[in-house]
Amino acid sequence: MERLRSLLRPVTSVPLARHVLVALIALVVAMAVIGSSSQYLQTRYAEMAYFAIAAGGLTLLTGLSGQLSLGHGALMAVGAYAATLVLERAGGETLADVFLALLTAIAVCAVVGVVVGVPAARLHGPYIAGATLTLAVAVPRLANQWEALGGEQGLQVPVPRASELPAWIQDLIWFFTAVEIDQYSFLAYLGWLLLAITFVALANLSRSRVGRRWRAVRDDDVSAELAGIHLGRARVVAFTVSAMCAGLAGGLMAMNVRLTAPGAFTITLSLTLLAAVVLGGLGSLTGALIGAGVLAFLPHFATDLGESLGFSATQAAEVTPVVYGLVLMLVILLAPAGIVGSLRPLLARISSRTSSLGATKEKTP
Amino acid sequence: MQQFLDTTLGGLVLGAVYAAFALALCLIWRSTRIVNFAQAAMAMVTTYIALSLINADVPYWVAFVAALAAGFGLGALIERVIIRPVEGKAELNAVILTLGLFMVLHGLTAITFGVQHRGFPAPVSTNAIEVGDTSIGITPFGILSIVVVAVVMAGLVVLFRFTDLGLRMRASAFNGEVSRLLGVRVGRMLTLGWALAAAVGAVAGMLIAGGDLVNPSFMDPFVIYGFIAAVLGGLDSPLGSVIGGLILGLSLSYVTGYVGEHLAPLVALGILMVVLLVRPSGLFAAAAARRV
Amino acid sequence: MFAVEELSAAYGPVKALNGVTFTAARGQVTAVLGANGAGKTTLLRTVSGLVRSTAGTVKLNGKDITRTATEKLTSYGLSHVPEGRGVIAELTVTENLRLGGLHRATGSEPMPVGRVFELFPRLGERREATAHMLSGGERQMLVIGRALMARPSVLLLDEPSLGLAPRVVSQIFDLLRGLVQTEELTVVLVEQNARSALSIADHGVVLNLGKVVASAPAAELAADEQLRHAYLGF
Repeated sequence: MERLRSLLRPVTSVPLARHVLVALIALVVAMAVIGSSSQYLQTRYAEMAYFAIAAGGLTLLTGLSGQLSLGHGALMAVGAYAATLVLERAGGETLADVFLALLTAIAVCAVVGVVVGVPAARLHGPYIAGATLTLAVAVPRLANQWEALGGEQGLQVPVPRASELPAWIQDLIWFFTAVEIDQYSFLAYLGWLLLAITFVALANLSRSRVGRRWRAVRDDDVSAELAGIHLGRARVVAFTVSAMCAGLAGGLMAMNVRLTAPGAFTITLSLTLLAAVVLGGLGSLTGALIGAGVLAFLPHFATDLGESLGFSATQAAEVTPVVYGLVLMLVILLAPAGIVGSLRPLLARISSRTSSLGATKEKTP
Repeated sequence: MQQFLDTTLGGLVLGAVYAAFALALCLIWRSTRIVNFAQAAMAMVTTYIALSLINADVPYWVAFVAALAAGFGLGALIERVIIRPVEGKAELNAVILTLGLFMVLHGLTAITFGVQHRGFPAPVSTNAIEVGDTSIGITPFGILSIVVVAVVMAGLVVLFRFTDLGLRMRASAFNGEVSRLLGVRVGRMLTLGWALAAAVGAVAGMLIAGGDLVNPSFMDPFVIYGFIAAVLGGLDSPLGSVIGGLILGLSLSYVTGYVGEHLAPLVALGILMVVLLVRPSGLFAAAAARRV
Repeated sequence: MFAVEELSAAYGPVKALNGVTFTAARGQVTAVLGANGAGKTTLLRTVSGLVRSTAGTVKLNGKDITRTATEKLTSYGLSHVPEGRGVIAELTVTENLRLGGLHRATGSEPMPVGRVFELFPRLGERREATAHMLSGGERQMLVIGRALMARPSVLLLDEPSLGLAPRVVSQIFDLLRGLVQTEELTVVLVEQNARSALSIADHGVVLNLGKVVASAPAAELAADEQLRHAYLGF
């Protein structure tokens, strides 16, 4: 064991190498699990992947730079519409179309992220909450305004058929999982691959000088500014990175749902993402992943619970947001020193074992 | 010209309701430095309570008072049980807490009453008033709405300016510790502030619902419009909230009438950002600049 | 009569008050003196219940008021006057005074706001001004006047001289001396400005690091050169 550890030390002592190693192991495990799962579960895993990407971006923003965004549902909408329009124009039949669509979603959201992030950087607390909440309401409504965006009915999203994927991908998947790739597993594999890449990037970013600056800004913005950190710039960069994650998540969501319509991007979606981040623990990517898992799997259980209580289907569907709301409230009420403050020691303990991007130092509030 | 007049009158009615809603937020902000993002959901709950009563053949105005009383009780309960632990804590906590409450109230109402749209009656006609043979863009219910909001505001002014209770409430909001040293039961005053705010919100809910369809989401836009109206006038200023509400109501009415209704939230966002960045203490706040 | 016995209080592990005992006689000014951090303000805040005591008792006219809720103390006739910044800045002068009279000592006659304006004519001139417009001296007059509205028998004053010009300090102390006589007040005066405080006090208590290091008639304290140098800074 000791020899193994010393052999691995060159890898584990470099953060980037360690993150890549962990991500690779996780990815292989995820692919094995996805490959042996039912179609229903594959869809859930795909959903979990895009929620985790969005939640990861949000956790970076809220947990690391201390800003709150209730507008990430809107940013996902932007990403979803961008990806959908590209897929429509390009035909959406090849893998290249898919990547072009996702890159476009990320790029468009980067621009939106800067546009929103610059004014948002000057706001705090309830003001940034109100402003981003307005964003969450305003942006999806735009689709109703313009014909090209499909109005209330939304746009169909073309997705490549598994049989049209390059042979080497089909072979690779078959080699790993001994199961033929199909449409559902393709989206799950794609989601988890992109999730792994995103998390490695986010983990590294948070360990870098940029990440240290964000934490400094979060912990004490006045001191950070006195230490020569450009507050506004640090916050705008954090917002932009987080918006790019939301864009990618939105693009993936569009392909999974196969329909991009304004009704999918409600205030509840934005608040749900917040619930995932708060539940998993602010500032921790592992937490974001756990939270995303809850987002993907809870609705099914909650709806079952509702139906077993004798609710109609529409009523049962409302059990999920109640649970999310309760989660938000309970976390706040049972962690009275503040989530940002009181969960940090706990997170630090967790993150010293896993390579999450949890805070590296403990700070009593 | 006719359209301009109609749009303006419609905007004034809308503005009066936004004003009531902003006033509710302002009352809570002044006493506890919390923006209550659950305000709209609370008003939605009380409106549903009134609807159940009306459907059970209770007269409209009795149901109206019941909604008010329910709001009062709900506000007090929420302050005591849920909000008290986070008062004076990190501001992010209260924001997340009230958002959680929003989701819970929203979901529970949907489970209890269903998500379908239901008609909500109005005590007076909701058809446009006709002068000669042209109809003008205001309804008797619209006029009633403005009157009700005006009465509520006058009542609050009397309470805060001229009564000992109002003085205690203002003192508790401005400086809790000193007020306690002077013998004021500050905790009670804060509870009362939330209760009053929720009652005002309940009034707004009744006015929004009147003559229209309601479902658990019908108040959702007011989460943001109430907030924007309050910020527009300066969250600390009740008079500012009222003026902010009217300005927002008129602006959104013009946008809806002349540009497109789906752009209204975006315009509202634009107004909010301009106010926050250019004049963060609100258009009418006399007090020192606030940190946004 | 106002008496504190073996009163202790702590901020976490830090003991801020360590068994403080003293008595303030009726109709007299008792000055509590000491350097910054000696525990003077903590003493008042503990008496008022703003800081929780860990041991000891506080007695007001023979009645034990230890750990009584802060809000109830004015009805017992005890008024704590926070330093001048304790005006409610958003309310007007008259509103601040009215507020002071809302919860007065049980069984006492209400005091007309005009009475305060007689005592402090300067406040009368500014009765409709919002308190944040007042000067430091005017604020100090306002918090004292506001406390008097509650008809207290015991007045706890926290650093009334803080941040005021020497001329204003002596003005306020003269007014205070006069009030003790006309209103039969028992005054506990917490002060860092020991020289001025001893000039109007009957008795002095010196605190250091949360403990009483001296308790004697004011004249005696003022004459003790060693004590003055060690603790009082003049």
